[in-house]
Amino acid sequence: MIQFLIHEEADSVGVATVDIKAGETAKGLYMDSQNPAEVKVIEDISLGHKIAMNDLKIDDSVIKYGSDIGKVVADIKKGGHVHTQNLKTRRW
Amino acid sequence: MSNPKVMAWRRENGRVGIRNHVVILPLDDLSNAASENVAHNIKGCKALPHAYGRLQFGEDLELFFRTLIGTGANPNVAAVVVIGIEPEWTNIIVEGIAKTGKPVTGFSIERHGDIKTVEMASWKAKEYVHWATELQKEECDLSEIWVSTKCGESDTTSGLASNPTVGNAFEKLVGMGGTCSFGETSEITGAEDGVEKRAANPEAAKQFKFLFDRYAKMIDDNKTDDLSGSQPTKGNIAGGLTTIEEKAFGNVQKIGKTINYEGALDKAVAPTGPGLWYMDSSSAAAEAVTLWAAAGFVAHFFPTGQGNIIGNPIEPTIKLTANPRTAGDMSEHIDYDCSAILRGEMTLDESGDNLIEMLVRTCNGRHTAQEVLGHEEFVLTKLYESA
Repeated sequence: MIQFLIHEEADSVGVATVDIKAGETAKGLYMDSQNPAEVKVIEDISLGHKIAMNDLKIDDSVIKYGSDIGKVVADIKKGGHVHTQNLKTRRW
Repeated sequence: MSNPKVMAWRRENGRVGIRNHVVILPLDDLSNAASENVAHNIKGCKALPHAYGRLQFGEDLELFFRTLIGTGANPNVAAVVVIGIEPEWTNIIVEGIAKTGKPVTGFSIERHGDIKTVEMASWKAKEYVHWATELQKEECDLSEIWVSTKCGESDTTSGLASNPTVGNAFEKLVGMGGTCSFGETSEITGAEDGVEKRAANPEAAKQFKFLFDRYAKMIDDNKTDDLSGSQPTKGNIAGGLTTIEEKAFGNVQKIGKTINYEGALDKAVAPTGPGLWYMDSSSAAAEAVTLWAAAGFVAHFFPTGQGNIIGNPIEPTIKLTANPRTAGDMSEHIDYDCSAILRGEMTLDESGDNLIEMLVRTCNGRHTAQEVLGHEEFVLTKLYESA
């Protein structure tokens, strides 16, 4: 049973496919290569929400679907929850 | 992937249809009653009532004519009876449909009244149903089946699995030499630069940019505080989507990664060759699918997250979801459940194959959930007020 999926090897975030608790070592899968992935989750992540696959610094791009989906506005640790508190659109 | 054979109807103009409708097409709102009465009298034909067709003008009238003619011309339609209040516009529709070579006859209500018109049109509809029901299916290539896509009631499972499933199937269909189309202009906002780069040639990129900017300007000119700045929606954010870019890139997973579009078409305009095509459309499901049916598409892939129930009277709509809850509590609306992807038990490649298999079955006669449930949303796109 996997707990998260990552679209592409190049992505900096995975997406939880079940609710994941802080402290769990979650097992996931890269959808393009079918390679397994693992990350120690440091915050609770709800189904459908994003997990940082590596440390992300302010102004970094968050990559999902191999595409830039916005900029980091507060540093994010690997295994952290990536959402509106630390990721913003580049549009407005 | 090889190009499977399907059993379908080859029409007079060479196009292939997977349904064999005899359509009673009202020109205008006033002719809905007579059209529905004909469809009541004559079993085996289908009326397509709608709200418009009077005092339209300019581009809005052109789109209206294109949509009605395209609907009658669709290869899923064997023959058409057109009923209008007056003969002039009725004849424009009849002559447009007649270019396909299929049987079509028009009736106008002025100087006859409803009762006599219904009688005359019923005789013609009866003749068409006898004729159409004897038409035989023949073996055709799956690549001759034009397929459109748009998603609805999307959630995070759409971007994760159901939209990429369509993308995988589109890559395979285009690889066979098929004709596929995507659109939903407003929903592309956030990924428009990425979509522009997916053009197969500079002209296609230019056409896309023109259509995208035109739609964005229309929204900007008319907006109050109810649309702009509300993307992603509160529901999207609760579900885990953070930015408009993320939402838009999730949407465009439906065109896969390896295929580029040959051209960008205005609403209800038919592609001029095989490959992937962008078509300008609203993101409202019924309006968009009606436009694709009018552009000549004969089957539709509709990924949904929370469970959109839309259908179309002439273009079968194959629904898929990766949301296990929707696949469970709205199962009567879902043709293909791809939630196994979320459990890591199925690859996108396998899921794309499964969706193509469902397309083949739909071509060969399986009625979609939407057809069985009678979802026949025929909704014309109106650009502005009538005169």
